[in-house]
Amino acid sequence: MKRIPAPKDQQPDRFAFTAENVEKAQKIIAKYPPRRQASAVMPLLDMAQRQHQNWLPQAAMNMVAEMLEMPRIRVYEVATFYTMYNLAPVGQHFVQVCTTTPCWLRGSDDVVAACKNKLGIGLGETTADGKFTVIEVECLGACVNAPMVQINDDYYEDLTAESTEALLDALSKGEKPKVGSQSGRHASEPAGGPTTLRAFMGDG
Amino acid sequence: MLKDEDRIFTNLYGYHDFGLEAARKRGDWDNTKAILEKGPDAIIDEIKASGLRGRGGAGFPTGLKWSFMPKESDGKPTYLVVNADEGEPGTCKDREMMRHDPHKLVEGCLIAGFAMRASAAYIYIRGEFFVEANNLEAAVQQAYDAGLIGPDACGSGYSFDVFVHRGAGAYICGEETALIESLEGKKGQPRLKPPFPAGVGVWGRPTTVNNVESIAVAPTIMRRGADWFAGLGRENNTGTKVFCISGHVEKPCNVEEEMSIPLRELIEKHAGGVRGGWANLLAIIPGGSSVRMLPKSICDTVLMDFDSLSAEKSGLGTAAVIVMDKSTDLIRAIARLSQFYAHESCGQCTPCREGAGWMWRVMERLATGNADVSEIDMLLEVSTQIEGHTICALGDAAAWPIQGLMNHFRPMVEERIMDYKNKEPAAAQ
Repeated sequence: MKRIPAPKDQQPDRFAFTAENVEKAQKIIAKYPPRRQASAVMPLLDMAQRQHQNWLPQAAMNMVAEMLEMPRIRVYEVATFYTMYNLAPVGQHFVQVCTTTPCWLRGSDDVVAACKNKLGIGLGETTADGKFTVIEVECLGACVNAPMVQINDDYYEDLTAESTEALLDALSKGEKPKVGSQSGRHASEPAGGPTTLRAFMGDG
Repeated sequence: MLKDEDRIFTNLYGYHDFGLEAARKRGDWDNTKAILEKGPDAIIDEIKASGLRGRGGAGFPTGLKWSFMPKESDGKPTYLVVNADEGEPGTCKDREMMRHDPHKLVEGCLIAGFAMRASAAYIYIRGEFFVEANNLEAAVQQAYDAGLIGPDACGSGYSFDVFVHRGAGAYICGEETALIESLEGKKGQPRLKPPFPAGVGVWGRPTTVNNVESIAVAPTIMRRGADWFAGLGRENNTGTKVFCISGHVEKPCNVEEEMSIPLRELIEKHAGGVRGGWANLLAIIPGGSSVRMLPKSICDTVLMDFDSLSAEKSGLGTAAVIVMDKSTDLIRAIARLSQFYAHESCGQCTPCREGAGWMWRVMERLATGNADVSEIDMLLEVSTQIEGHTICALGDAAAWPIQGLMNHFRPMVEERIMDYKNKEPAAAQ
């Protein structure tokens, strides 16, 4: 997906944290040593994005710059360097398909195809109703549960074309599908049960 | 095979709660005060004697690293920074430790931080690990509430803070100086070394950066003793290791095993074997995407440890084993890794910024066969111009997978080019 900021007509004029988030911001800033408040730039940008339909308008970057007494350009640098900041509007369900080699070996092409088939959009596109955006991302660090996607904050793992379509169906109906493995595994143990630590599966 | 009683991460699979009460049942936070009472030097000596080598990829001796921190305080803070920016393709072990066994890491932060006389630990966790960060923050809060960290940690009189800092999607921040830059609120672009972080680290203060696993195993080593840990694996390659087995195996999984376990045994015992049987194996990347791949002939006998794999011009890296069977288009598999490195290059050094993208474009053409055989040598030549000519190791990491492919499977690449020429003679010209 091209990381280009939203055009001017989509950018809000102003952005302000909610009272609750202002309080949270103070707690975040306090985690870092005095006069090192710039360290809070990433968590504050993340909080701004969460408050703003999962994308980061320029007004929010400016507000964070002011709050942390940073030159605006330093905040823009951070916002454009890290891929998790969305610089333009995204769908309500932000589908990030991992296609790096470990996922690719296990069939991430099928997952991409299933997204296209179900939603009618390709990588980097958003559905007309604004419900879904699908993008391709680099390794998300769940390689033994490949292939997988991250949708907003949640990982959905051990996917097939069918389970991907079922997942997207459930989300579009407003349901909350089970996160994690879609093939019935508990976590990252071998399918069918662990080869180690069996004694630790009980109450111990 | 490693016995269960010798496994450190007993809740690796998350069958039990990650919280403090359950962690205590697993032995975490058991009289940590007594460990601290041994004193910083004794702790460092114990870790040195255990032979623990860094679990993040480079394999630097952990105790030695801790000893680089200043012994005399100048009255200002020094820091332990935990590298939880797990993003090396194939690797997914720290994630399991943090979401299922976070108290091991928090306790490890206190012990390691105390040993290196640090005033606080910052755990830098990759932004995508949202659930994992929540569990970790909850564990940190539980530890504060129980007086295990904070002022007078564990009743030791030592004051120690632990903070969780979330990243926002940049592989490069797994490089320790890029991570430090990022923690300071900047773009994650690596710093030149020297000065090393132990002299000038985060906010200009002495800092040690350690991988999650290196820190999380420390409490168990202190409880069971250096001899126990050093008795596992081989000399210079001691202890247990969490392996991530992905790709074309019957049952991909994470598993904690003894260091130096034969690669074949690891895969057949825990991952259900290679899909279609061992004979169907084509190649394995044994330590995360940055290390050179091994053909089956080497996989037959190689041991999974630092020295054995570096003797084969590969590496243990993060111990992420990516298995590829005979159905794999190896050229495309590596081209996809080249795409990864081109995407993740921070853009600071010219050889990596320009070279990683260039190598990806050539690899894409090699994958279709639309290239000339002479371009293979040119690609290798350019890869050596990138390798070793950048501030950090990302340039090396972009070069090595391609070199591994050409070292072992060059005839396959040449054949692809010939096939293309034969099929589409017009296009080839």
